[in-house]
Amino acid sequence: MTDTPAASETATSQEGAFSRFLHATELDTRLLGMLGALGAIWLGFHFYGEIVNGFGAFLTPRNLWNLSVQTASIGIMATGMVLVIVTRHIDLSVGSVLGFCAIIMGVMQVNILPMYLGLGHPMLWIIAILCGLIIGTLIGAFHGFLIAYGKIPAFIVTLGGLLVWRGAAFLVARGETISPVDPTFALLGGGPYGAVGSTGSWIVGLLGCMAVLALIVFGRRQRKNFQITQRPVWAETFLAVVGCGAVIGAVLLVNAYPWPKGIVRRYASAEGIELPPEGIFISHGFAIPVLILIAVAIVMTILMSRTRFGRYVYAIGGNPEAAELAGINTRWMTVKIFALMGFLTALSAVVASARLGSATNALGTLDELYVIAAAVIGGTSLAGGIGTIYGAILGALVMQSLQTGMVLIGFDAAIQQVVVGSVLVLAVFLDILYRRNSK
Amino acid sequence: MTDTSTPLVELKDISIAFGGIKAVDHVSVDLYPGEVVGLLGHNGAGKSTLIKCLSGAYQMDSGEVLVNGQHATINNPRDARNYNIETIYQTLALADNLDAASNLFLGRELTNAMGLVDDAAMEAETRKIMGRLNPNFQKFSAPVSALSGGQRQSVAIARAVYFNARILIMDEPTAALGPQETQMVAELIDELKRQGLGIFLIDHDVHQVKALCDRAAVMKNGKLVGVVKVDEVSEDDILAMIIAGKQPEHLVA
Repeated sequence: MTDTPAASETATSQEGAFSRFLHATELDTRLLGMLGALGAIWLGFHFYGEIVNGFGAFLTPRNLWNLSVQTASIGIMATGMVLVIVTRHIDLSVGSVLGFCAIIMGVMQVNILPMYLGLGHPMLWIIAILCGLIIGTLIGAFHGFLIAYGKIPAFIVTLGGLLVWRGAAFLVARGETISPVDPTFALLGGGPYGAVGSTGSWIVGLLGCMAVLALIVFGRRQRKNFQITQRPVWAETFLAVVGCGAVIGAVLLVNAYPWPKGIVRRYASAEGIELPPEGIFISHGFAIPVLILIAVAIVMTILMSRTRFGRYVYAIGGNPEAAELAGINTRWMTVKIFALMGFLTALSAVVASARLGSATNALGTLDELYVIAAAVIGGTSLAGGIGTIYGAILGALVMQSLQTGMVLIGFDAAIQQVVVGSVLVLAVFLDILYRRNSK
Repeated sequence: MTDTSTPLVELKDISIAFGGIKAVDHVSVDLYPGEVVGLLGHNGAGKSTLIKCLSGAYQMDSGEVLVNGQHATINNPRDARNYNIETIYQTLALADNLDAASNLFLGRELTNAMGLVDDAAMEAETRKIMGRLNPNFQKFSAPVSALSGGQRQSVAIARAVYFNARILIMDEPTAALGPQETQMVAELIDELKRQGLGIFLIDHDVHQVKALCDRAAVMKNGKLVGVVKVDEVSEDDILAMIIAGKQPEHLVA
């Protein structure tokens, strides 16, 4: 993406200062551009609602909290799609594999396991999830095996998978909707009980701030050890303040969204609490699926930027032949990448079916396209070799923001499709322009 | 040259065919420590294919590779590296989207105590070796796609030299270089020779082979025409071997 309106304004008014600022902080202009675009979308929807409908519903704690939960499922898969696309492959099957894994986990916890363990057994949801994750990983590995060793193009293998796994999901459950899921399992999908609450969110926020500071201090020490130029202290301070500020802001936001009155009343009567007439303010805090997404994002970022595996993924994307000649087992890498994609798809299946409270045959339909769009909007190049985890998650957030925003201001489904499709093409075009200019 | 010692590498009776075409047909070449052996021939004569059997990029159909007189099993580039065989490919084999340090250590990344890739350490090592090979090189954080031909070449050379190669394969190392950079490569070859490395040099330029190599092996249509000491033949003799596939008359007994 190119510069945002806000960013380019600053750049033109004080060119020197802004580029010096970018240089000192070593911030990625693409990241700033994405954040700017996201900000513009959010403000646009909010003020459009304010002016046209008389009520700006977008920038409210409630909407942003829901937005974060809705982004989780696509976001988790988009991180895996980055690896697939960076290595010049594609995975069209993630939506169907998500549906299949959800059905398997549903059947396990509703039909099969209760026969042996009894209904409501505490291990029920854990075993069901493990089964789902293992099956998702195996399906991915199988796709990867066909691509790497069978030399069948990924497009064909996963296009076949798109049909096969959707059909298989139907066969397993004979087309029935599997519900209700285990109550503990359902917490992983979010909702008032599926969030960590005010105190929990502050603990998460505190850990987040400590991580930001630790990264900056550790980075400085590392650069000092090897005599690489340091960032100026003011730039480090700026990054620390912005990083911690963002974390604390997110905590304040999710804590500002209270439980609905009905839930509070039920909770109070169940716990035997006397309910004052004005009600009790119980914060949602971070939703569990969002925490899962954050954990996935951290692990995947470390994987991609700090491990050999990640380095090899980029090398294969940049020049597959060179990677092979450097002694990298590129075929086995392909199997591992698709297995990881399958694992993340199964994890998304947990979040999606838990959120729905049931497993349906149609779960995840068209998800593959949203996941690919999220990765591509986030700057992943279909030519291979380029792509970041944070970009893909921001891309998922942009996609979800567009959809939510259009629902809030009352656009119908047809217009939503037109807009989302156009944005995808526009985003990639802007990305191409950006790369051409930066060369 | 010490012909009496054990050769570093012996390629014995190597054959490899692609779809019925014999790209390399029963070829034997050897290489001694501190020696540069030039491989010459037309395009498609089989030089690169022969050498890819040694570097692990191809698997030969028949024949044997001996390293230090011992049988060596080379099924892939990793095996070759384990025998301290390093290759500088004509295409350079660089991942264009990665920086110099990542390319230099590709497949052999330095890791810290936690098993994570240690970028700072790798960059520091890269700065050290580049300071020796190409002191003008400064673009350490840019992807190699942003480098000039000579700079890319020096990254590829640094990668081969850094890991204590005993046997170095250079496939047309100067094809893309200007005169000054070609001179730099020539000096490097001399220095590596003094350190006791054995070098296979694939080159089109007969003049350069005369200048840099101790012996020249000429191939034509997948077969070995002959191996000659460059001091005993003229450039015309070598050209005749390449074009007509004939041994120089004064060497044929």
